Amino acid sequence: MKAAVVVFPGSNCDRDVRVALEASMGRPPAMVWHAESTLPESDLIVLPGGFSYGDYLRSGAMAAHAPAMREVVARAKAGVPVLAICNGFQIATEAGLLPGLLMSNASLRFVCKDVHLRVEHSQSLFTDCFRAGQVVRMPVAHRDGNYFAEAEVLDALEDEDRIAFRYCTPAGELADGANPNGSIRSIAGIFNETRTVLGMMPHPERLADAELGGEDGKTMLDRIVAALG
Amino acid sequence: MKAKVHITLKPGVLDPQGKAIGRALASLGFSGVGEVRQGKLIELDLQADDAESARVEVRAMCDKLLANTVIETYTIDLEP
Repeated sequence: MKAAVVVFPGSNCDRDVRVALEASMGRPPAMVWHAESTLPESDLIVLPGGFSYGDYLRSGAMAAHAPAMREVVARAKAGVPVLAICNGFQIATEAGLLPGLLMSNASLRFVCKDVHLRVEHSQSLFTDCFRAGQVVRMPVAHRDGNYFAEAEVLDALEDEDRIAFRYCTPAGELADGANPNGSIRSIAGIFNETRTVLGMMPHPERLADAELGGEDGKTMLDRIVAALG
Repeated sequence: MKAKVHITLKPGVLDPQGKAIGRALASLGFSGVGEVRQGKLIELDLQADDAESARVEVRAMCDKLLANTVIETYTIDLEP
């Protein structure tokens, strides 16, 4: 399979994603500079974490209009899977690939720590290595991870099983203390209508090597790579 | 022609920065301040000839980039 990682000015998790994907795929993904207006043939597109354009205006707002993103949106609409992590999630919402947006953390502080996530829906390319209700631990590192959408949008996300992950306690319960950023309904990750786009604030690529503290992220990436051949 | 775009959070959207400013004002002894909401001001120099076309263009800019209408609302002031 072939993958492409879009690199924006201010991306800083692009290298981690490249290393993690190369370990899963056995070949490196194409690294595509944001100013490119074409993308190589790809079975998977990754929008990596970071601080594109220094978070000017709103996190992800400038990057969402980069030339490469027009192609990403077109490919996503044609069904190519897109994994949007952290700043990538912010970019995906601003580009209209996913509903809602990520506001400043309720604490107004940068949060960098491991959190527990409850897998809400496992029937997708991205989450079928997990089972629904399973609790996994993954790192978050962001200042603008406070997911918000209007109530009707949230109800639709729930009705259509489009919430991928929620922040939870180690026992899998939802609680304010387990929500690192104030996200509405504890949402940590969501799918698009076809579950071929996943936006998530936690970083699976940072858990892709035992020496980094765990391999839950590698499990996820390995499974995606295996499914895409 | 100049345009001033004021972008503010919609009513009901949590504004942690506004709340922090409100607390700071109270700690400085400014009593009697109710809710504080923080927004953005963007000034644009435009080449448009008339106010009507300028307004249409700035509105498009707001909808496409300057504001995220999920949580924000905007007002446009034009100055010749």
